[in-house]
Amino acid sequence: MFDVDVWQEIFSTIKKNKLRTFLTGFSVAWGIFMLMILLGSGNGLQNGVKEQFADNSVNIMWMWTGETTLPYHGLKEGRPIKFKNDDYTYLTEKSEDLEQVSSRFYLPGNIMYTYKNEYGSFETSSCHPALLEMEKVNIVAGRFINDMDITDFRKVIVIGDNIKKALFKDEDPMGKYIKLNNVPFKVVGLCFDKKRQNERTAYIPVSTAQRIFNGADRVHTFAVTTKMVKTTEEAEAITERVRQSMALRHNFDPKDTRAMGSFNMLAEYIRTMKIFQAIKIFVWIIGIGTLIAGIVGVSNIMLILVKERTREIGIRKALGATPASVIGLVLLESVLITTVAGYTGLVIGVSIMEGINYILEQMLASGGADGMFFRNPTVDFTTAVASTLILVISGAIAGYLPARKAATVKPIEALRDE
Amino acid sequence: MIQISDLHKSYTMGSNSLHVLKGLNLEIDEGEFVSIMGSSGSGKSTLLNILGILDDYDQGTYHLGGKLIQGLNETRAALTRNEMIGFIFQSFNLISFKNAMENVALPLYYQKVSRKKRNLIALEYLDRLGLKEWAHHLPNEMSGGQKQRVAIARALISKPKIILADEPTGALDSTTSFEVMDILKEINDQGKTVIIVTHEHDIAAMTKKIIRLKDGVIEEVIKNGELQLFKDRIRTE
Repeated sequence: MFDVDVWQEIFSTIKKNKLRTFLTGFSVAWGIFMLMILLGSGNGLQNGVKEQFADNSVNIMWMWTGETTLPYHGLKEGRPIKFKNDDYTYLTEKSEDLEQVSSRFYLPGNIMYTYKNEYGSFETSSCHPALLEMEKVNIVAGRFINDMDITDFRKVIVIGDNIKKALFKDEDPMGKYIKLNNVPFKVVGLCFDKKRQNERTAYIPVSTAQRIFNGADRVHTFAVTTKMVKTTEEAEAITERVRQSMALRHNFDPKDTRAMGSFNMLAEYIRTMKIFQAIKIFVWIIGIGTLIAGIVGVSNIMLILVKERTREIGIRKALGATPASVIGLVLLESVLITTVAGYTGLVIGVSIMEGINYILEQMLASGGADGMFFRNPTVDFTTAVASTLILVISGAIAGYLPARKAATVKPIEALRDE
Repeated sequence: MIQISDLHKSYTMGSNSLHVLKGLNLEIDEGEFVSIMGSSGSGKSTLLNILGILDDYDQGTYHLGGKLIQGLNETRAALTRNEMIGFIFQSFNLISFKNAMENVALPLYYQKVSRKKRNLIALEYLDRLGLKEWAHHLPNEMSGGQKQRVAIARALISKPKIILADEPTGALDSTTSFEVMDILKEINDQGKTVIIVTHEHDIAAMTKKIIRLKDGVIEEVIKNGELQLFKDRIRTE
């Protein structure tokens, strides 16, 4: 089947009908090209939105407290609810829905950072070591807060790139001491965020923060990661269970969203991804529809070709060509046309999307693409392989009817002299 | 070589059935040089198609080289054709985009002979027919006689048991016709069975046995000794 002769014959018929072969191939190339553009755009949108989620773990959940607005068990509304350190212990040890927990104590007032003659006011985030993963803090030098820092109430600090630039200029900050309201903290790590969001933030151990800034065992917010679940319903059920357990501990109505506020990222994430799945299916349907038009075109042309080659096929059959070899000849030609044309469409489509991606990356690097909902609009490897498979299969489908017709050519009729 | 007994064949055309061969009996031995004659409608084309396993028959038996040829599926029929029969056609039926050598080598392609080997064998056969210099020419660059010689080489290359020629000289002028007949005679002299279908008396007269068909049966068989008589008869006709 993969004999040089077969290819020689295919190429000679193609050569004789250049324009027709081109037009046929074009319809397939166009189909695949459109499929690639559509899929790439779909991916781009999806990646853009994913990027919005990328600042944190997708399964992150925040909890904060306020005043009750609903009466509960005989207690009046308007009571303040406060998280404590034993809530942290409860969440880490007792709650089965959660994986990691980090508490945060808000430092009172405006904290002044000083180093030698430089000073400034920055955001201070007190935390547990788990926050590193949850908020995807990008450490470029040194380390993040660790467990020893928490248990030993160490006065250590991890600073963002902006703080380093403001206080240290070109000096290496590692191991130096920064004063926070006159309390010296040793710099143990440096973080850098390419999206420039957390660069004015410094991280200190939550235990140290509570002790130094008179926090006792007060916790203002929790950041937790929940179990990875597949559906919005499951994610919302987790929120509900966590709320209920906290309501039980602090005596408030679980429905009271002002007493305790919460936001579960995972539920939002799953909801958004579902929308994109629907878009993706829609895109595939349109793309494959375009492709089918191409396949019908190829099939049509091959039927005409078989009719024109009736005599040749008759000769071959008289000389001993089996039906299988005749089918192979026609089928292979159609697979060749669709594959070559389709591959061309694939390459052009992918190139365009890669080009757009390149421009987008350039814009992003220069900071001009903030909040862009379109990122990396490229087609992944699996899709490319799937498309190639679709091409070969569609070539075979396109060739099947004509091939069957060719196989039934009767040598007597084909060879009859008119 | 060929035994046919009580062969029937009819074609259905719409609601009409056309009975073409009506109980034909025929025997051809190995090494014979036979021509089949008959006016149009006598059934000679139908007989040729059945002999060449290009068509099936309704009733009777057909043995080729001792094998019963009956109800073969397309693949079996194709393989048997390739192995047993060499075809020569009136209009040569060469494949236009293949050169002489490739055309000759085609039957061997269907025997799965490697490209190199079959092209070598094809050259050998072309050389035998005096066409070695034309091996790389396309059919449309050759004269009718040359094309028919290429077709003869193609018919011979698979070493078939019989050569079936359908009006082999029908498209050629008389000089070339005689050349082609000489080649066929030579092939026959080497022991190959050659069967020609023709309506030209002078061509038929060059064979060793003439079978005349009329209305789907054999009207007359003229053998060696009587051939001279037949030749005389044509002259007077």
